[in-house]
Formats: sequence, C-alpha cells, structure tokens
Amino acid sequence: MNMRKVKVQQKILIANEEFASRNRTFLAERKIPCLNVISSPGSGKTTILTKTIQELKGRVKIGVIEGDIQTDIDAQRIRTTGAPAFQINTDGACHLSAAQVSAAFHKLPVDSLDLIFIENVGNLVCPSTFDLGETAKIAVLSVPEGDDKPAKYPAIFARAAAVLINKIDLLALADFNIEKVKADILKLNKDVKIFPLSAKTGDGLQQWCAWLYEMVRNKTR
Amino acid sequence: MHEASIAQSVFEAISAEAKKQKGRPVVAKISCGAFGGVNNEALLFAFEVISKDSICEGLKLNIEQKPIQAKCKNCDYTFVFDLHKPMCPKCQCEDFDLLPDAPLLLEEIEFEDK
Repeated sequence: MNMRKVKVQQKILIANEEFASRNRTFLAERKIPCLNVISSPGSGKTTILTKTIQELKGRVKIGVIEGDIQTDIDAQRIRTTGAPAFQINTDGACHLSAAQVSAAFHKLPVDSLDLIFIENVGNLVCPSTFDLGETAKIAVLSVPEGDDKPAKYPAIFARAAAVLINKIDLLALADFNIEKVKADILKLNKDVKIFPLSAKTGDGLQQWCAWLYEMVRNKTR
Repeated sequence: MHEASIAQSVFEAISAEAKKQKGRPVVAKISCGAFGGVNNEALLFAFEVISKDSICEGLKLNIEQKPIQAKCKNCDYTFVFDLHKPMCPKCQCEDFDLLPDAPLLLEEIEFEDK
C-alpha cells in the first residue's frame, strides 16, 4: 500500500467567504454601510438598536437584520420604532452565515436605507469567526458581564471597529473597572472607538450616534 | 459550537480532494489562528460524527493552533502576543502591531493508494 501526501492549502470557510465577498460588493454598489453587532446574550443589543433608531430618526434611515436561534421577538421590537426588520432563525446554529445575510438583504427595502445593522446571535465567540461581508463589526459588552471579558474573549474585541460598554447606569453596583476594560481593549486593538453608554437612561448614546451619523455621511457623500 | 459548521466545511473540502485524487484520505492537517476560537475536541468530535459511513470515516485529523503574532514598532522584532504581558520581549517596548490572525486552512492530506 502506498501513502501519498498532497499539499492542499485551501481556506476551509471558502463557501462563507464567497458569500461575504458578494455581500460586500452588494453594499459597496449601494454605498450603504452595514454593521455586524456581536455580544453575549442579554448585553442589550436590541435596546441599543431601538434607541439608536429613535435618536437618528429623520436623519438616518436604518434597517435591521435580526439573528436568533428562535422567535421573532427582536424583529418585532425593532418594528415598533417604524424601522424595517427581517428576522433570521438559525434553528440552533450559534452564528449567522454570509449566505443567510445575503438572502435577508432582499427582504429589506435596501435601496431606501442609509445604514443596515445585523444583530448577530447572542454569543461572544462564534460570530466573530464568520465574515458576513459587513463594513465593520461592533462589539457590545455590558457592565454586569464583568470586566474580564476582553481578556477572556479577545477575538471579537480585536476585530471590532467600535466597542459599546452598555449599562453604565449599573457601574455603582458592580465590580467593574471600566478603565481596566478600556486598557485591555486598546491593547488588542489600538484603533477601536470605545463608547460607554446606557441604552436605558440614554447616557452616552449621543456620542455613539454622532459617530454613526459621521460614518453614514462619509459613505454616501 | 461553531465547530460543527467548520467540521462540515472540512469534511466537504477533504471529500472533494479525495474525489480528485482517487484515493482514501487517512490523515489530514488543518491549521487555524488563535482568534478563530476553534476548540480541538469539539471539532474532532463533530468531524467524527459527520464523516461516519463516508470515505473520510476513521481519518485522523491533526489541528495546528497558530498563536497571535505581533511586530514591535521600535525594533521590528516579531513575537507571540500575550495579553497579560503585552510588550516586545526583546526591547520591552509596548508599541506594536498585532499581525493578522492565521486563517482556517486545510494544509495537506495523506492518501492511501490501493
């Protein structure tokens, strides 16, 4: 019996990457920025999005692709703001794929939008590995999760264009050293924007929305 | 648990290559970057389940985890990044660039010819 070694050197996630690249072209042709929002479950992604949509109402037309294992609760919450939303159910999968997002673009009135959010499945690990063709990744970390998360789950913080530290209204109740969190994130990613905010009280929301508004204006100009 | 979808992609890539090579794949080597978040045990288990009753059944999958590298901006030295000690081991400079994470790659396959 003969043994034969064959060099392959092939990217394993090539199928996902092809869809991601198609999504990137689709967005670039329409000059629409698209942000892939990634966090643990319960960090407040959907609340941040509803408050962001309200804050930018009349200035930026936002559409949302929601990813969850089950239910369309989140898409319904987005629609109460008047913004269009499409819900993807992954039926158990821990992340969205570029193919799912590609199909979802056609379920939104894309040509009338200035900005698309993709709210990924709540999970700090898996979604960061799968490129969706987004313009940028946004990480959300909330105060009750603890200040060790950037050190424990570095991948998403290293790849994000912005990190939102949510629920800062709970800082007085939690052992959360926000300066340490900022320093840990900057060690992984020195170009990242960090926005401490509370989606509940609205504190810090304006700085985040101003950043978004600037990005949309630069893209469509 | 994204290892299940990665295992499926690994399985498809090896099966496609096996069709071309007309042999039975017995060993395969894949590599991934530390930020890829691949758990070896979960990937091996998922692959074992997916490859059952196929040409890949019993294949030995070797996984190489590649650490994150950084390049010092002061002395250009390339080193393994450690979040708990983020500095150049040569000149102790704390100003460096993280190099891109290694992609998930199917490196090579060993085939058994009859």
